[in-house]
Amino acid sequence: MQSKPNITEFNTETLDLINRIINRYPEGRQKSALLPVLHIAQAENSGWLSSETMNYVASLLDIQPIEVYEVASFYSMFNLQPVGNCVIEVCHTGPCWLNGADEILAHFESRLGIKVGETTPDGKFTIKTVECLAACGNAPVIQVGTEYHEKLTTQKADELLSKWQSENKISHTNPYL
Amino acid sequence: MAKQILLKNIEVPGLASFGVYRQLGGYSAVEKALANYTPDQVTNEVTRSGLRGRGGAGFPAGMKWGFIDKKTENPRYFVCNFDESEPGTFKDRHIGQLNPHQLIEGMILGSYALGAKTSYIYIRGELFYVLRIIEKAIDEAYKNGFLGNNILGSGFSLDLYCQPGAGAYICGEETALLESLEGKRGNPRIKPPFPAVVGLYGCPTVVNNVETIAALPWIINNGGEAYAEIGIGNSKGTKLISACGHINKPGVYEIELGLPVEEFIYSDQYCGGIRNGNKLKAVVAGGSSVPILPANLILKTAAGETRFMSYESLSEGGFQTGTMLGSGGFIVMDETACIVKNLLTFAKFYHHESCGQCSPCREGTGWMEKILHRIESGHGTMKDIDLLVDISKHIEGNTICPLGDAAAWPVASAIRHFREEFEEHVKLQKCPF
Repeated sequence: MQSKPNITEFNTETLDLINRIINRYPEGRQKSALLPVLHIAQAENSGWLSSETMNYVASLLDIQPIEVYEVASFYSMFNLQPVGNCVIEVCHTGPCWLNGADEILAHFESRLGIKVGETTPDGKFTIKTVECLAACGNAPVIQVGTEYHEKLTTQKADELLSKWQSENKISHTNPYL
Repeated sequence: MAKQILLKNIEVPGLASFGVYRQLGGYSAVEKALANYTPDQVTNEVTRSGLRGRGGAGFPAGMKWGFIDKKTENPRYFVCNFDESEPGTFKDRHIGQLNPHQLIEGMILGSYALGAKTSYIYIRGELFYVLRIIEKAIDEAYKNGFLGNNILGSGFSLDLYCQPGAGAYICGEETALLESLEGKRGNPRIKPPFPAVVGLYGCPTVVNNVETIAALPWIINNGGEAYAEIGIGNSKGTKLISACGHINKPGVYEIELGLPVEEFIYSDQYCGGIRNGNKLKAVVAGGSSVPILPANLILKTAAGETRFMSYESLSEGGFQTGTMLGSGGFIVMDETACIVKNLLTFAKFYHHESCGQCSPCREGTGWMEKILHRIESGHGTMKDIDLLVDISKHIEGNTICPLGDAAAWPVASAIRHFREEFEEHVKLQKCPF
């Protein structure tokens, strides 16, 4: 596993984006920008939120660090532990299960030699299960970063894995870009 | 072919761009409303249309707008609920990614009627790629003078923004959504006060579902009465049904409310029948929260009458033998589906999504998941089945928000209609499927 990143400073471009987001809310309501900013911070911090990064977000929004922690720990898209470069999120709720999500999950596990919740030793892949992704008509469905991959088969999963492996896929990119 | 209001142009290439949408008559409802209607007249048209909230609750939209407190000096807000997360439901995504300007046009109309100068579209964080599509469309609407200051010279100004969630089904509950939009945990608020009085930032707010808002342009263009002529009984207009599971043609369909359920399932125009020629076993008709019905009760009521796709017909028989139209998330199961395992995935979902404020929901959903897991994996007892019913009864009605009910109903209904299947799991000490 690579060393743990701790972004405590954004570049000017990112700060501009964050300022534009803060301007969407009435004066004094900059806390409303917390979820968007955490998405950006997580992307910049290799896919997870460290205490240091969250403290930095708190200072940017002029709120207490606890206000950031309590939010980051509530929403399932925020990772409070390091993750692999490419996080594969497999939907396992009813409609996806009816259409073979269990097989898809087992296939990823066996191909990568890890269990759900784990990261490959080279730090490249993490497998997670997620609740309904609202794409049930094309079940089974997985999400990687902001991409949806639908009507998945084990063959399609293999194709995606080879592609991700060869391009060193990074799923945590700034979702606004 | 049923009347198409929401999906009429959905297959037109480039519909997500301003130019194509405009060419097809887009934004004419905004032009009409701003030139000819007062805000109250817009509300009146919506009231006349009989349009009901399409997120699942089915509350009359015009009446909801009527509750907004116009006496205070505070700003008012109009918020779109795009937190689509109810298992089986994927209709709003269809509109958002393919026809974002229809949603934006509806947002302008609603904001004008309510007197909102700033409005937000709250979209679940997983759908960030749809957020980007909508933000691009919003930019185009600004550039073409349909958003921003003094729209079309009417004196009405509106700023519209997208806000991402971050993975929380509970934020589809409107007060939790408002908390989340304020940058907090998605804990539902105690009502009253209702958002129409104390909503976003403590100001009067209306929250409507994507599909509800997307119907507004048609209603303003054609009149509320024309909309009310479509449908059956108190189920006016058209409804998007997202059909999935063991059917030949999963997808999003626009139906006129009042279509026979049997036609919806078996007609080639819609679901196209059950896959592999299998037998229909059960349907969850309105998203995971509504009671599951076995084949005989979804096709016909207990009294033997044809069951229709409408708010009233689907709930005929109450929770004993009926269900709900809900969000329109239509999950079909054939004879190969294990009711217990499917229910277990739902129980896991509600346990995961409970915000944790109310102990009956926080603890009860976990207990139900554990017990169902026990039964499904062959370690259950007969007593467990009654215990599940008992827990569901103690959750229902005892929580701040309806997530508790939503977790309880699937369990209670599955045992009501498929008790033998639970018992078989216990007797065999394994899943028979």
